[in-house]
Amino acid sequence: MTDTTAHATHFEADHGHDAHHDADHKPGFFARWFMSTNHKDIGTLYLIFAIVAGIIGGAISGLMRWELAEPGIQHLQGWATFVNSLTGGTEATFDEGLHMWNVLISAHGLIMVFFMVMPAMIGGFGNWFVPLMIGAPDMAFPRMNNISFWLLPPAFILLLGSSFVPGGTGHGAGVGWTVYAPLSTSGSVGPSVDMAIFALHLAGASSILGAINFITTIFNMRAPGMTLHKMPLFVWSVLVTAFLLLLALPVLAGAITMLLTDRNFGTHFFDAAGGGDPVLYQHLFWFFGHPEVYIMILPGFGMVSQVVATFSRKPVFGYLGMAYAMVAIGVIGFVVWAHHMFTVGMDVNTKMYFTAATMVIAVPTGIKIFSWIATMWGGSLTFETPMLWALGFIFMFTVGGVTGVVLANGGVDTVMHDTYYVVAHFHYVLSLGAVFSLFAGWYYWFGKMWGKQYNEFLGKVHFWLFFIGVNVLFFPMHFLGLDGFQRRVPDYTPAFADWNHLASMGYLIMLAGMVVFFVNTIISLAAGKKAPDNPWGEGATTLEWTLSSPPPFHQFETLPVIDDDKHH
Amino acid sequence: MAGAKNHQYHILPPSIWPLIGSISALLMAGGGVMWLHDYSGGGYVFIAGAIGVLFTMFSWWSDVIREAHGGDHTPIVQLHLRYGMILFIASEVMFFVAWFWAWFAASLFPSTVDAVGGVWPPEGLHVLDPFGWPLLNTLILLCSGTTVTWAHHALINNDRNGLINGLWATIGLGLLFTGIQAYEYMHAPFGFTGAEANIYGSTFMMATGFHGAHVIIGTIFLIVCLVRSYKGHFKPEQHFGFEAAAWYWHFVDVVWLFLFLCIYVWGGWGAEYH
Repeated sequence: MTDTTAHATHFEADHGHDAHHDADHKPGFFARWFMSTNHKDIGTLYLIFAIVAGIIGGAISGLMRWELAEPGIQHLQGWATFVNSLTGGTEATFDEGLHMWNVLISAHGLIMVFFMVMPAMIGGFGNWFVPLMIGAPDMAFPRMNNISFWLLPPAFILLLGSSFVPGGTGHGAGVGWTVYAPLSTSGSVGPSVDMAIFALHLAGASSILGAINFITTIFNMRAPGMTLHKMPLFVWSVLVTAFLLLLALPVLAGAITMLLTDRNFGTHFFDAAGGGDPVLYQHLFWFFGHPEVYIMILPGFGMVSQVVATFSRKPVFGYLGMAYAMVAIGVIGFVVWAHHMFTVGMDVNTKMYFTAATMVIAVPTGIKIFSWIATMWGGSLTFETPMLWALGFIFMFTVGGVTGVVLANGGVDTVMHDTYYVVAHFHYVLSLGAVFSLFAGWYYWFGKMWGKQYNEFLGKVHFWLFFIGVNVLFFPMHFLGLDGFQRRVPDYTPAFADWNHLASMGYLIMLAGMVVFFVNTIISLAAGKKAPDNPWGEGATTLEWTLSSPPPFHQFETLPVIDDDKHH
Repeated sequence: MAGAKNHQYHILPPSIWPLIGSISALLMAGGGVMWLHDYSGGGYVFIAGAIGVLFTMFSWWSDVIREAHGGDHTPIVQLHLRYGMILFIASEVMFFVAWFWAWFAASLFPSTVDAVGGVWPPEGLHVLDPFGWPLLNTLILLCSGTTVTWAHHALINNDRNGLINGLWATIGLGLLFTGIQAYEYMHAPFGFTGAEANIYGSTFMMATGFHGAHVIIGTIFLIVCLVRSYKGHFKPEQHFGFEAAAWYWHFVDVVWLFLFLCIYVWGGWGAEYH
């Protein structure tokens, strides 16, 4: 697919011999899963964690669609009363009900970003497949790899726990995933927001350690002959992502530490009366936050590249362009942050710069979209489930990208800012972009990871239900936004009722798709057909397909050698 | 042996430290929140977590040292460690970017509220004389950069006394720096809170305070190296633990130079000295 095709025969013979001896000796249950130093087991832990977090974050969005299905406020006060009752409190007031809404949107965003997409993409698939694809026996720092994972459950416990302690108007941190000051400082008295801040500190530490691990692994542990320019695109994507994590997350750590000291120690970073500035927080947050959105999509780009090439039975078109487009997206992603803040009152020249810089990103992104299409052009295409998800990704991500170019205009954004148009945009790139690529990777590597092949029919049913569901769910939000429906508001005029009702119906269709996903996963793990080493045939050329399914506990004890005279 | 590894990478046995470290971090964070909000026992939970974190660091790095002595740190594994440390320092640099950003946001565009008065340094604020103690501290840190290099050269030339003396000198200078900073903080005419408090004190104290914390961490790192020097851990051809400490020390040194120039000298220009 890429230039990495190995002469598998060198080491497959060796490895078939090894696999049933020491290489497959696994530690006992506790040591294997709680003290792991094995990249595949840690990847599995990450995937399980991400699925659990996804269920919780997805359930919260279900509550939100339930409330938004009709105009007026139906359920919030009841839910707030329920949360109060858990801590022996009284019936919730109307304002506590509204606060409940803020808690739900905050929890949904933080969970999906930090505890679902990132752990699944980088921790899960990155851990599983970066070492396999570069022909390495494990990660560079196998023990540090494990603390990268194990910092996440404490972070998640802190975040979930924050919902049940006082956070200002009611229980929980109602500050949005952006945790803007002054709502998050003087506006949220009580321990809840401090818990959320520490949750982000721990999740950030986890990601920084993971980033160090991936960069070191990719630079130093490639099999003999695998130059950077022969590396599979998924590995390229994780490399760029790791740099973004390494350089962006510490700035977030600084910003939320300022929140912490403003809240608890009397500093004035975001307190205007003391000479501070709430807009400073927005700059610091989005200096992290914009690279963060590429962190969530770049590994998806990588997975889609592998899948599209595999099922087109052609090497990916414009391999180097694809790799350096990701590098370009990563670099430019650091200098566009203020397009999230067009309405804070920045001057016109600044807006013009950030508008132009943002639009420049459409160039490397366009290179990727067109290269995927060119990869398929003239290929012998088949449409197994992973390919459906990858095609869905390309189509839907393009829609999200186009609305992104619309929003990049500082002038237009003055009108669109904080409307459902923005919500539609970022769900098209995330729920229909990042999540589609995750499912593409899940089905692509299902047999490789678990040794059993998934059910193709159920996989396709999952795809179509999910595809229809999320489009019914999110497409109407464009119209709602253009009509002026503000995000982060639980109530609306009856004029918005029809599209909102339709969106909530879309959620139910998507939910039906997710039921099929879980049924397929359980059935396939329990009674799926044994997965062959390579179920995808000649199109699947990366190193993981030369190994057994699942691979031995320690693979590549004799390193594979990549030919340097490779011609497509 | 069938299946023996034919590569130079380090495949590790299972380890309990990541799990214990993570649970300790949870206790530290949870206890910290409880402590800040006056829940009873919060301080104890925080301290228990902090002890757990320190214990994890000690045990984990003890394992790393044992593995190094056991020959697990092949040249490629040493290269991994170098990459790891450089990348860690890069992330630390970005952490300081946040604090410098806050400083420059406040100082280049001073707020017009009464607490600042539209000028920088804020109206009526007395600042620390940069050419008193801070200049001395600059010289101390620069000097410590040379003493740690002295130690390194002694190490490379297999001169253990020189290594130990160089480290003692570096640690002494580090402690001296920390002592002077503490003295200055105690006498600083500005802080976080109080009627006079404003963004100057917040940005100054947090930026220089985080630097001070890093100096203390770097000093501890050097003390560990000193202990290991007495034990004869370092060899002229393999001493990455020492090099990592030296790199970290140079990093805190460079951060200080930026703090000194941007915050003490430029950022206090025109104000009266305390």
